[in-house]
Amino acid sequence: MALLTIKNLHASVAGKEILRGIDLTVNPGEVHAIMGPNGSGKSTLAQVLAGRDLYQVTDGQVLYDGKDLLTMPPEERAQEGIFMAFQYPVEIPGVSNMYFLKAALNTIRKKRGIDELDAMDFLTMVKEKLALVEMDPAFLNRPVNAGFSGGEKKRNEIFQMAVLEPRLAILDETDSGLDIDALKIVANGVNLLRTGDRAMIVVTHYQRLLNYIVPDYVHVLANGRIVKSGDKQLALELDQSGYVGLEEAVTA
Amino acid sequence: MTGMEPIRQDAAQRFAKLGFPTTRDEDWRFTNVSTIAETQFSAAPFDLSGWGEGQLEQLLAPYEGSLRLVFINGRYSPELSSLQLARGIGATPLREANGTVAAHLARYVDYQDRAFVALNTANFEDGACIEIPNGTVVEEPIHLVFLASGGDVPVISHPRNLVVIGPGSQATVVESYIGHGAKYFTNAVTEIVAGEGSVMDHYKLQEEDERSFHVATLQVQLGRDANFSTHSISLGGGLVRNDINAVLAEGTEATVNGLYLPSGSQHVDNHTMIDHARPHGTSHELYKGILSGASTAVFNGKIIVRWGAQKTDAKQTNKNLVLSEDATINTKPELQIHADDVRCTHGATIGQLDQEAIFYLQSRGIGKEQARDLLTYAFARDVIDRIKVEPLRARLEKIVLERLHANRN
Repeated sequence: MALLTIKNLHASVAGKEILRGIDLTVNPGEVHAIMGPNGSGKSTLAQVLAGRDLYQVTDGQVLYDGKDLLTMPPEERAQEGIFMAFQYPVEIPGVSNMYFLKAALNTIRKKRGIDELDAMDFLTMVKEKLALVEMDPAFLNRPVNAGFSGGEKKRNEIFQMAVLEPRLAILDETDSGLDIDALKIVANGVNLLRTGDRAMIVVTHYQRLLNYIVPDYVHVLANGRIVKSGDKQLALELDQSGYVGLEEAVTA
Repeated sequence: MTGMEPIRQDAAQRFAKLGFPTTRDEDWRFTNVSTIAETQFSAAPFDLSGWGEGQLEQLLAPYEGSLRLVFINGRYSPELSSLQLARGIGATPLREANGTVAAHLARYVDYQDRAFVALNTANFEDGACIEIPNGTVVEEPIHLVFLASGGDVPVISHPRNLVVIGPGSQATVVESYIGHGAKYFTNAVTEIVAGEGSVMDHYKLQEEDERSFHVATLQVQLGRDANFSTHSISLGGGLVRNDINAVLAEGTEATVNGLYLPSGSQHVDNHTMIDHARPHGTSHELYKGILSGASTAVFNGKIIVRWGAQKTDAKQTNKNLVLSEDATINTKPELQIHADDVRCTHGATIGQLDQEAIFYLQSRGIGKEQARDLLTYAFARDVIDRIKVEPLRARLEKIVLERLHANRN
């Protein structure tokens, strides 16, 4: 059974329609790249899937693991195994990474009927996961994202993903603003988390990221619709020709 | 307490002349004390009956094992106090202290123009007198506990404290105000005199009944190179006014922090005045407020840099988190700078919980209500984390978390 089925999804923000009929099916183990120019609706799609209430879904359906995703509040989606790595991770002064992650993980475990981790087991586990993104354990005691560099914030997102072990990960422009070294670390972390039962949706503006996270499918989004789908070759073609022709094809 | 009579009479006359302030006074614009002025208060009795035995034990437990003076409705209770640890330092009820009182009491705080100070000076029954001799380090905090209770008729008490820290000495003083019952009024005054090069940490935890009135003035006179900090935590009280006045000398460093969490119909007014009287003084001020319900709060932070007080470094911050549409905050910095080589900064913010941050936490599986609590507590934390007295910090953490939970329901 498909993990995620999106049918004719329409969504607006402040009365302006951004998504105009998205259809997409994602199976366990697959990595789908969503590409497209600025304003095409890539990030909106990611946010709608994560449950951001700034966006109103005006039509369509999203089934996640056979359940109606759109009626679930964001925390329930996370508890059911959806994780979005934010394009702009939020700074939360006064809350340590450690406290935050422990609260998140234990809520999710409770929901899944698994015992909460005690402090020692939690620490052992997070240290392993930190190594995936080459982060210093000292960073656990720092407030969430506060004073982090852009690269640290993105690595923190992937680290959180590693700890929370989602079934569907949505990476929203995780590559934006990263230098090549940071990009490699982030991509490497993501690749280590690729498994047969975990699906990923990788939203990106640039083909560059897909050199490191090689997708099974590539979809091009323009003006709120998927205008072209293919395999990783499509990303390479786009890199050469750009989005121009595709946008025109839609508006014509 | 010999020699106080002329001062008390003078204060009584001043109060008769001043009367209670009204909202026409600039300093009281947003705090209306007419209900205090119109209430016929009688002197609060020395009476423990309102307190359950378990309740008292629980209240005093965090102060176990340290030097402790307990007052019931403004009068000293030897039974509840514990003075045996007072090795080499003076710790007595004010009534039993003579020389120190004559030398210092009412010498610093202004009872000529401040009505509530005049009222206290004219009427106080008792309070704590703490005297730390020169070059003495007192490691354990000294706890001053003021229990108040109101009954069928409105009652008033006027706790009056004097703390004198000798040159080169170090001490920590915690004032706790705890009360229950309808309509009672605590009108407290504390004077602190810190000698040259002394180090002092002061805390005030106010947990009065939400139907009560609480007005308190802290006057701090700091010697050269002294290092002073105060944290004023306002949790209870229906109508609350805190005045803190600190006068700095050359090279003095002062930290003046506060946290207020009014809810329901509580009103909390914090007025601070930091007087840089001499050069090379440093002051840091951080006040944070979390307002819910239909509560109101006032922050007025005055900084005076006197003529010649060069190289003054003063920083003032007031941040408010407003959780409800019905809550109101009035915040005002007031800088009077008469020197030309100084650094003074001030900033005030009023905001709501960050919706982006709530979503971020939710997207990691944390429920919306828990996310709100987490962010609210995080806002208060940088004041709470600065509290160095462990039992006090632990207690405050617990109270604040419970409070957030209660406000939600």
